[in-house]
Amino acid sequence: MIMRVLLAGLSLALCWALAAHAAIDPYEFDTDAQRERYRHFIEEMRCPKCQNQNLAGSDAPIATDLRRELHRLLLEGRSDREITDYMVARYGEFILYDPPFDKKTALLWLAPLLFLSIGGVVMLAIVRRRRTEPEVAALNADERARIDELLSDDRSGEEKPL
Amino acid sequence: MQRLKLFIPLIVFAVLAIFFFVVQKQIGSGAYDPQNMPSALLDKPLPVFQLPDLLSGATVANAVLQDKVVLVNVWATWCPSCLYEHPYLLKLAQQGVLIVGVDYKDDAAKARQWLQEKGNPYLAVLDDRAGTFGLDLGVTGAPETYLVDRSGTVRWRYQGPIDERVWSETLQPLLAKLTAAQGG
Repeated sequence: MIMRVLLAGLSLALCWALAAHAAIDPYEFDTDAQRERYRHFIEEMRCPKCQNQNLAGSDAPIATDLRRELHRLLLEGRSDREITDYMVARYGEFILYDPPFDKKTALLWLAPLLFLSIGGVVMLAIVRRRRTEPEVAALNADERARIDELLSDDRSGEEKPL
Repeated sequence: MQRLKLFIPLIVFAVLAIFFFVVQKQIGSGAYDPQNMPSALLDKPLPVFQLPDLLSGATVANAVLQDKVVLVNVWATWCPSCLYEHPYLLKLAQQGVLIVGVDYKDDAAKARQWLQEKGNPYLAVLDDRAGTFGLDLGVTGAPETYLVDRSGTVRWRYQGPIDERVWSETLQPLLAKLTAAQGG
């Protein structure tokens, strides 16, 4: 019984996973390499109509058109470079989830480095402050005697009422 | 100093809250539209096209735009915003604005009927049934409108219906400037 419920749950989960990939077009390719490139393109290109969905995950008519176009270009034997240029010429770099480094995308690409160095500076400051904190003052003879007394008390094993 | 540190999360929160509030306000007022991305064609020549005219069937090419400041309006009968936009386009056409239509991925018979019933604001209507010219333009839907200057260069693109606000705030000044700049 439990097994059955588990199996049902699993198949349901699989259905969901498939549904997340909204678009599975019945495209035929000449080679597996072409199919692989197609998959790569639809994963790495953004649907121009959607805020944050790739071509693979979008049901928008424009995404369907662009997938068809990608399929056509691939079968025509265009290179990856040509296909990317073709799409960018029409939809701009917005369509690329992996845009090239240039003046416009510099901030995007360098931000992680920037944040890392901010973190580094903060960490350095903390470490340095710790190092310069004054050492704990040494105990004088009186204090040492009191500590010894307390410690030896404790060693007797006798618990004192609070 | 130590006390000030306690307030850092609050300050961060306040800054973010103000930022999001302003963005939200701008989206509300239409000043900022996250859907609106600049056209890749801006300041580039309008793509080459050669399509049948929806009404006459004659082949129409880029020459139809030559030496004119023209609006290229992408529309379709399946597009509700186009229905909303249509009367305004008629009004602009009456004022002498030149508009070329691109009937995008549409049923030609329905499109002809639409123009017959509601009026035709277009100089020419390209029948882009396959959507290839739309793809070359980089449209993401309809309606979309491109402003093309005398040299055939795209100067402006708008996604969504043209209305009084778009016309008076953006389009009209731009059109006037382009018409004036390149001589009558």
